[in-house]
Amino acid sequence: MSGFGIFDIAGSALAAQSVRLNTVASNLANAESVSGDPEQVFRPREPVFEAVPVGEGATLPGVRVKEVAENTAAPLKRYEPGHPLADGEGYVYAPPVDAVEQMVNMISAARSYQANVEVMTTARDLTLRTIGAMGR
Amino acid sequence: MAGPFDNLLGIHGTALSLHRARIDRIASNIANADTPGYLARDLDFTGVLRAQSGAAGAPVAMARTAPGHLAAPGTGGEPATVYRIPLQPAQDGNTVELATENAKFAEAAMKYQATLTFIERRMRTLNTAITGGE
Repeated sequence: MSGFGIFDIAGSALAAQSVRLNTVASNLANAESVSGDPEQVFRPREPVFEAVPVGEGATLPGVRVKEVAENTAAPLKRYEPGHPLADGEGYVYAPPVDAVEQMVNMISAARSYQANVEVMTTARDLTLRTIGAMGR
Repeated sequence: MAGPFDNLLGIHGTALSLHRARIDRIASNIANADTPGYLARDLDFTGVLRAQSGAAGAPVAMARTAPGHLAAPGTGGEPATVYRIPLQPAQDGNTVELATENAKFAEAAMKYQATLTFIERRMRTLNTAITGGE
């Protein structure tokens, strides 16, 4: 019987999905963080997942966040001459955050998180029952 | 030395560890449900069980005379795995479908519990034999 590797696998997924939830929260929080300089404006971030074996002597892949990539889309240029941060020509630059895309990402991450919690709960129940059976 | 407890659990001991390996494998698929390019895999349960219990229809091991030779799947070492065929392949090359994996996981967990029940009963039988039902 192969130890407790399943907890490492499901745990790595929980960690990765919560990074994803965090980036969504950060992106949504900064959706209106405008700037007068297109170079300085907030860039939405998104984690890139990678399948790697987790835990000691593991053969089955868990998941890990390989990098948190920055979105390279051009900032949204808005004409707001009255804005305190507006540049010389009266423009402000908003981060290219698509609220709908972020919400979809959030739902997907939450669903995956739940699925992995379910895996952990089942694995725990089975393990406890096995230990109980052997000790009888 | 052959004793009365050599084949204590019969096929169920092997089946239990195989079910466990399958559960781990499916957990790995669920963990990688959002990893680009990840290919979902599952254990070829019947094939592996046949191979491990030496039943007819098991995959035949090939002689490996050079280090470069590959083992035939399911004939020792790693249990044979098969790639899952996705119903709706994703754009990023990931073939995990959460609904399918959840169903397979539930199935594997149920089978594990069934096997465990067999083992429990077997233990109880032996216990009765030893204590005389006292």
